[in-house]
Amino acid sequence: MIKIDLKLFVTLSRYLPDNSEGLEITEGTTVEKLMADHGIPSELVKLIFINGKTQNSKYRLKNNDRVGLFPPVGGG
Amino acid sequence: MGTSKIEERYDRNFNTLSHEEQKILGTSKVVVIGLGGLGGSVCEMLARVGIGHLTLIDGDVFEASNLNRQLLCQENLIGFPKAQAAKNRVNAINSEVKVRYFIEYVDESNMYERIKDADVVMDCLDSIDTRFKLQKAAQKASIPIVSGAIAGVAGQVTTIFPDDKGYELIYGKKGQKQSKGVETRTGNIAYCAFFVAALQSSECLKVLLDRGDILRNKLLIAELWTNTFDIMDLV
Repeated sequence: MIKIDLKLFVTLSRYLPDNSEGLEITEGTTVEKLMADHGIPSELVKLIFINGKTQNSKYRLKNNDRVGLFPPVGGG
Repeated sequence: MGTSKIEERYDRNFNTLSHEEQKILGTSKVVVIGLGGLGGSVCEMLARVGIGHLTLIDGDVFEASNLNRQLLCQENLIGFPKAQAAKNRVNAINSEVKVRYFIEYVDESNMYERIKDADVVMDCLDSIDTRFKLQKAAQKASIPIVSGAIAGVAGQVTTIFPDDKGYELIYGKKGQKQSKGVETRTGNIAYCAFFVAALQSSECLKVLLDRGDILRNKLLIAELWTNTFDIMDLV
């Protein structure tokens, strides 16, 4: 098992698991699977940031990764 | 205002800005597209800091639902064109600023014409689709865009130069994009709009003065419930 920090922004925050800091997951889990495992609807996620850089949902998570998921924001 | 009063106007800018930089701002041309929550505050700040030429564009009129967050919206201006209100406000703050205003929505037919002579375009739009069209026009005109977007108490800012991929990196390739984001569900809160408008105004000055760290190929993300402020690499 590895530990990651998960942050969900704006409307996604309702899907945040209780133990989002130091969340235990299986090594090599993709972001896609992480979202499915925690009931985060992938169609609501527009940007995936891993350690401050954009990645796609096929990215395989590593120990201590900081994961941020952001919905589309377009208001003015 | 006499010369001494005009010089006094920028007294508190100096030491942060040089006299030379203040002069550059005075000859700069900035277009603000969208004069709602972001654009109204952007106009206010750019007029106060001393941008010499402002072009202000929005086809909309104020509604009562704008009062919660739009700086230029007042009870006595419900039904009044936002572009005209912005022009009046800029004139009242700084009579040295040369203002053009257009009570019209931008689309492919008028966008290039409106922005082609600008040094910077401020994207304060509320439509993702129109943002893509603006990027195309700005690329054609070789003008950088400073873009802000808000939803609830969250916001994002980036600066897009003509050679950059820009919105594609944020909203996905054309076809995947959608017209609106989650702001249709969250609404927008005044202090978040003002905050993101301030970041946009700062980016505008940095681009005009070629100074500081510009958010090129980077997205500044802020979420105010959790005091999260991050700068993400888009490439």
